[in-house]
Amino acid sequence: MKRRTVLGGMAAAAAGTLATPLRAAGDPLKVGFVYVGPIGDLGWTHEHDQGRLAVEAHYGDKVETFYQENVPEGADAERVLTQMCLSGAGLIFTTSFGYMDATLNVARKFPNVKFEHATGYKTAPNVATYSARFYEGRAVIGTIAGRMTKTNKVGYIASYPIPEVIRGINSAYIHARKVNPDVEFVVVWVYTWFDPAKEGDAAQALIDQGCDVVMQHTDSTAPQAVAKEAGNVMTFGQASDMSAYAPWPRVTSIIDNWAPYYIRRVGEVMDGTWQPAQTWEGIAEGMVKIGPMSERLPAEVRAEAEALIEAMRKKEYHPFTGPLNKQDGSPWLAEGEVADDGTLLGMNFYVEGLKGSIPS
Amino acid sequence: MIRLERRPEPSRAWTAATPILAVALTMLAGGALFAALGKDPVAAIRTIFWDPLFNEQFAAYSRPQLLVKAGPLILIAIGLSLGFRAGVWNIGAEGQYIIGAICGAGVALALYPAESALIFPAMVLAGALGGFLWAMIPAILKTRFNTNEILVSLLLVYVAEQLLASMALGAMRNPEGGGFPGSRNLQQYPSAHNPELLANTGMHWGVVAAFLAVIGAYVLLNRHITGFHIRLAGEAPKAARFAGVRPNALVVFCFGVSGALAGLAGLFEVSGPSGQISIDFNVGYGFTAIIVAFLGRLHPLGILLAGLLMALTYIGGELAQFMLGLPAAAIQAFQGMLLFFLLAVDVLTNYRVRLGRGEVAR
Repeated sequence: MKRRTVLGGMAAAAAGTLATPLRAAGDPLKVGFVYVGPIGDLGWTHEHDQGRLAVEAHYGDKVETFYQENVPEGADAERVLTQMCLSGAGLIFTTSFGYMDATLNVARKFPNVKFEHATGYKTAPNVATYSARFYEGRAVIGTIAGRMTKTNKVGYIASYPIPEVIRGINSAYIHARKVNPDVEFVVVWVYTWFDPAKEGDAAQALIDQGCDVVMQHTDSTAPQAVAKEAGNVMTFGQASDMSAYAPWPRVTSIIDNWAPYYIRRVGEVMDGTWQPAQTWEGIAEGMVKIGPMSERLPAEVRAEAEALIEAMRKKEYHPFTGPLNKQDGSPWLAEGEVADDGTLLGMNFYVEGLKGSIPS
Repeated sequence: MIRLERRPEPSRAWTAATPILAVALTMLAGGALFAALGKDPVAAIRTIFWDPLFNEQFAAYSRPQLLVKAGPLILIAIGLSLGFRAGVWNIGAEGQYIIGAICGAGVALALYPAESALIFPAMVLAGALGGFLWAMIPAILKTRFNTNEILVSLLLVYVAEQLLASMALGAMRNPEGGGFPGSRNLQQYPSAHNPELLANTGMHWGVVAAFLAVIGAYVLLNRHITGFHIRLAGEAPKAARFAGVRPNALVVFCFGVSGALAGLAGLFEVSGPSGQISIDFNVGYGFTAIIVAFLGRLHPLGILLAGLLMALTYIGGELAQFMLGLPAAAIQAFQGMLLFFLLAVDVLTNYRVRLGRGEVAR
């Protein structure tokens, strides 16, 4: 009896077909998301998924979102994107740099589908790019680190030597040095975006070298756990708030907030005003958020950080404002000069004062 | 009371039947897993096994993709199966795959932008040689110093990954890539591109090589003295020694062939579907191929079918993820069940199940 129902069900299922790919007027807009990691409870992919959920909450029945986790960058991404297009997606967000060529290849084959590629630099008539000015957040935590360090050594867990990460190191260092000329940065490259074991080891190594502040450009909370164990070491949340480690060691955080952008772009596809653009937004637009400041920070440090945030919110201050020299001493920005986006996007050098070299 | 009784020799019927039984059990247990996650199990199984092949919306695209995904799996698994039959354990095909890709792409990037019909064949040679040499490290360490080839070959995967990251960030980084990691895209370099040979078939040179490897392995195992030695060394090591099999030569041969095939798989992938050397170029084909080799009973034709089946679960699994919202972890668990059940029912090949009271153990 039981077997018959199973077999019968399979036969019935086999006879049926899935939804048709073309969207009729009134049907919900199908929005796909391609994730490089698992959604989990925090981190890069988690925050993109929060954006997806915000889109669903905002548009209700007018949208239908779907996603795929753990999509490897390369040939697999191209297949996943093609299958999403075949299933009737009208807009697809590809949320990792490595999807760039796959996104462009598939976009060529499906000119009616719109694509949004995070952190890339290639666009097409139906491909836009978007990223956040995370270096603004780094300026804030750099300031706090410069004020708070007693050993004058700040540890930095860096993922890969790419412009995004180098920009963050430079921004944090510039602002730490501004409030504390004696500060020194120790950078460890871990060559991963998420690996609790490696990140924890790196944090421990930095603490052993005398760092009492550990910054991370990686996704896990392992450095927070190691710092908590050490007791007198301060950390910052990365991508997510990591509030489980508040009020100490995590004193504040840089949060990726994609929801406003996702809601806006989905709306533009719905009303037909979507245009390919290269969006790069920061604190002013709300794409970068700074998490709640810990009570363990002295009031004047908090006030200084808040003032910096406010200045960037009003676009009165740019973290890369001259005078700034490159590491080798050659001049980069003159007094009052602000870095252009092109240089920042391709940044492959340290600013003056940072020790060590960028691996290549 | 259930009791296992050793068969005098492995059952031929069960050898053939266990993979099918394992797939059926995986479907049942997987269905239960999906049901526990609140999804319709029948729809999930149908999406994984049926839709990629026959759904009119997807099949025209996903059927050829089966070959693209199965090609490297089969190519690597064929090489591994030779060693596994002889009791030589190359667990590091993933590393040999990476090195093959680096060597092959290195030839192309060094010659860029020259156009010549000789570039692609040179890349193929470099890819095979790269994988071969990387596999020689554990092979020679084993034959000279009696190290454990499982550990050495596995750990060399992580060395290869570091080398890959270094290449993507340094020596092979695209000078026109705005400082971002990753090499030039070989798909945009005609002489180096491994294209789809016939439109919408998924056939590229890597798939052709996989089919040739299946035929080659079949001939080797059934018609050639080396194949006989491989089988003998695995099934009766003592007899093999009397028959004049030199164990060290066998280790070098098995590692050499599997390394070269894994290197070729990497080369065909980097010059075709993937296109570029990037930090995350390798996606686990070298490890999944181990499952494919065992699922295919270490038999060339079995591996061909197992590779296609594995590819089907990948592509169907992707469909199930975004059509039904199944989490990626559930799909991975589902694939893991396949090997688990295969190993579990494998006991039937070597043992007979007897019901009733057993004799007193002697």
